[in-house]
Amino acid sequence: MPQFILSRRTLMTASAALLASTALPSIARAQASGGRLVVAADSEPPNLNPAIVASNGVFFVASKVVEPLAEAAYDGKDGLAPRLAVSWEGAADGLSATFKLREGVKWHDGKPFTSADVAFSALQVWKPLQNLGRTIFKDLVAVDTPDELTAVFKFGKPTPFQLIRNALPVVTSVVPKHIYETGKIEDNPANIAPIGTGPFKFAEHKAGQYYRLTKNEDYWGENQPLLDEIIYQVLPDRAAAASALEAEEIHLAAFSAVPLADLDRISKVPGLQVVTKGYEGLTYQLVVEINHRRKELADLKVRQAIAHAIDKDFVVKTVFLGYAAAATGPVPKNDPQFYTPDVETYPFDVAKANALLDEAGYAKGADGKRFTLKLLPAPYFNETKQFGDYLRQALAAIGIDAQLVNNDSAAHQKAVYTEHAFDLAVGPPVFRGDPAISTTILVQSGIPDGVPFSNQGGYKNEELDAIIEKASETLDASARTELYKEFQKKVAADLPLINVAEWSFISVARDSVKNIANNPRWAVSNWADTAVEV
Amino acid sequence: MNRALRLLRRRLVGSVFVLLIVVVGTFFLLEAAPGDAVDAYIGSIGGDAGLAELLRQRWGLDQSTGTRLAAYLWALLHLDLGHSVAFSRPIRDILLERLPNTLLLMGSATALSFFLGSALGIVAGARPGSFRDRFLSIGSLALYAVPGFWLALVLVIVFAVDLRWFPIAGIETIASGKTGLARAADIIHHLVLPVTALGFIYLALYLRMMRAGMAEVWRQDFVLALRARGIPRRRIVLAHVARNALLPLVTMLGLQSAQMLGGSVVIESVFSVPGLGRLAQEAVTARDTPLLLGIILISAVLVVVINLLVDLAYAFLDPRVGASEAGA
Repeated sequence: MPQFILSRRTLMTASAALLASTALPSIARAQASGGRLVVAADSEPPNLNPAIVASNGVFFVASKVVEPLAEAAYDGKDGLAPRLAVSWEGAADGLSATFKLREGVKWHDGKPFTSADVAFSALQVWKPLQNLGRTIFKDLVAVDTPDELTAVFKFGKPTPFQLIRNALPVVTSVVPKHIYETGKIEDNPANIAPIGTGPFKFAEHKAGQYYRLTKNEDYWGENQPLLDEIIYQVLPDRAAAASALEAEEIHLAAFSAVPLADLDRISKVPGLQVVTKGYEGLTYQLVVEINHRRKELADLKVRQAIAHAIDKDFVVKTVFLGYAAAATGPVPKNDPQFYTPDVETYPFDVAKANALLDEAGYAKGADGKRFTLKLLPAPYFNETKQFGDYLRQALAAIGIDAQLVNNDSAAHQKAVYTEHAFDLAVGPPVFRGDPAISTTILVQSGIPDGVPFSNQGGYKNEELDAIIEKASETLDASARTELYKEFQKKVAADLPLINVAEWSFISVARDSVKNIANNPRWAVSNWADTAVEV
Repeated sequence: MNRALRLLRRRLVGSVFVLLIVVVGTFFLLEAAPGDAVDAYIGSIGGDAGLAELLRQRWGLDQSTGTRLAAYLWALLHLDLGHSVAFSRPIRDILLERLPNTLLLMGSATALSFFLGSALGIVAGARPGSFRDRFLSIGSLALYAVPGFWLALVLVIVFAVDLRWFPIAGIETIASGKTGLARAADIIHHLVLPVTALGFIYLALYLRMMRAGMAEVWRQDFVLALRARGIPRRRIVLAHVARNALLPLVTMLGLQSAQMLGGSVVIESVFSVPGLGRLAQEAVTARDTPLLLGIILISAVLVVVINLLVDLAYAFLDPRVGASEAGA
């Protein structure tokens, strides 16, 4: 069935963005509408409000119920498609941004959606409470609402609109003011049973069993949604999703719920397809985090030696079974705006690595070892753990004795990001479409202890800090992009951390599921045009 | 009856101390594990330093260990199990929702392994050394050596994926709207595989114990006497040899109930049964101390109750036990 997706993609690129957005429902309408889609879910987030918790686990369910101002798109202007906002514009001075909102949108309880909801969400939820919004909207001081369909964001400091725009799909889920204005926002029952404007209404959650979403008959999208119901069946066991697909109990397993090792077998099962698209907007990066407090690791030559000791292609082939790309720097190759290949590279070369270590003054001892390091692979993914095993062997080849310490999530979080009880760690940070969202903090200095996925290795580089600072106030998009190219070059040259690979997730779906993977954040988008052919 | 009541009272007093030790011990064990609930949560969502502080305050984790333990025990005294941060719900509700599933799974699996195991044990022990005995002994040993999760996965692949006789996961069909008998039948249909997987691992134990006990009893003089009197072999096997070999099995039943709770962690995960075992694993991963304490508490109560029942059954099966308890 991949041809189907390809042909529609070609059609969409050929047409104008506007045409594409109107053509979508008509193509979909030709297919059977209605029905129930059953998908695998592996976690049940304690807080299901995407305005407070902007994470993939929450979005997977909640993005169908609560919508952002704009969603990522393959073909739209600036890589965006309108949702609750129909247009957006940043002021030249960077002190305001104006959003025109969609007309005739209703909340699931029937009340009209207005600019007051956007103002409330921005000031009361995104800025003070949201995991990512607390950083991105830190300079937001007010949201003016001249009329019901216009929201003007006012910033206390010039804020690049490029950043706000890039962050729109992730940080701007709008929640209803009339539901949240009474009582504490964090304790609102709508955090567990969300109320939004999306194509699906939240129906029920049976803990440990399933979530059920039902069709929103009053959705603003013409003839959308196509499905009557979405069920998220909770399948905590890694093998369960693959078995459930084979037994035709579920239609879709997203977010690599089917382990990579099973993909080869499952792709041969008739009626099932393996889809690698639809995750470009949520690229995970495999990085070696370095504790620069360690004398040896503070030496650039040692870091270079470690970079040369890692065979990135081998990692892509064996750890990721080909479902990844070798990384060159802190911005992934698939990013259309910021990536530059023009950086220092470290080809796999054990002899050179050994020479660099000798040069640095760490000669091999009688037992063939130069020094010992503590290596902590993050437990969140199979691949981070497997890469930890690989790295230990790769380091042994250059005389560095790495001792693996395996922890569970809570223990790893504390050991690496709070107590700094590591020399090397393997981490999976996420690139979210703009380096300022969650990438620059990986190398920036002055970050307090306890911040996950940030520079906790004690690295400090004033030049790099200056570039990051300057980019955060540069309003011109192309000048800002240039600064981030400079940033990539500096990081690749000085190696505050080592970027090894970049990967996205894989979906496995039955052939009967239509219109999958049609935007770069598909699994966490609204699924208004998803259909199941009967 | 009087004897049984006295036994009950003595046991209940002892149990309160057992439960207190279990609660305090578990609290400190989890406290000693690196990282707290906020570390576990924030690792999955990311966020700045202020966010971690905000969450710690909201979840009461900025208090000292002693304060938290005291607060927990004080609430427990008022039969309040607290609030789970990992599920954003009162712990009592979560436990009440999960307990029936675990009881159903454990109860059925225990019944299966006990009855089938001892029945096969009687078949094997009826003629120690016979072909049937050899076959069952070796077969049960092989079964006992199989890891539980592997057996579970094989059952899934054969009976759920290939043959599609049984559903892969869950406790009942999702959002089916079934009620009454249809729902009961649906739940039974879902439980066949997990109960088989869990029950078969322990079946071998009962089988081998029964067989060994019977082999022992066969050598005793009273059996010889029974045979000399011309009592039919069938009667000797069932009414005398098997009954005498049954006592250790009942003891085993009590001990096993505690272990089965552990085994159900794996089986509940593989079959996605929303029970206490899987919940316990999730509570540890999320460092949700009050939730784990609630689970441990309810499991400890369960084990205490089962052992009490076993003791009562013992008194019934073997008059000597009751006599000594009554005399004390």
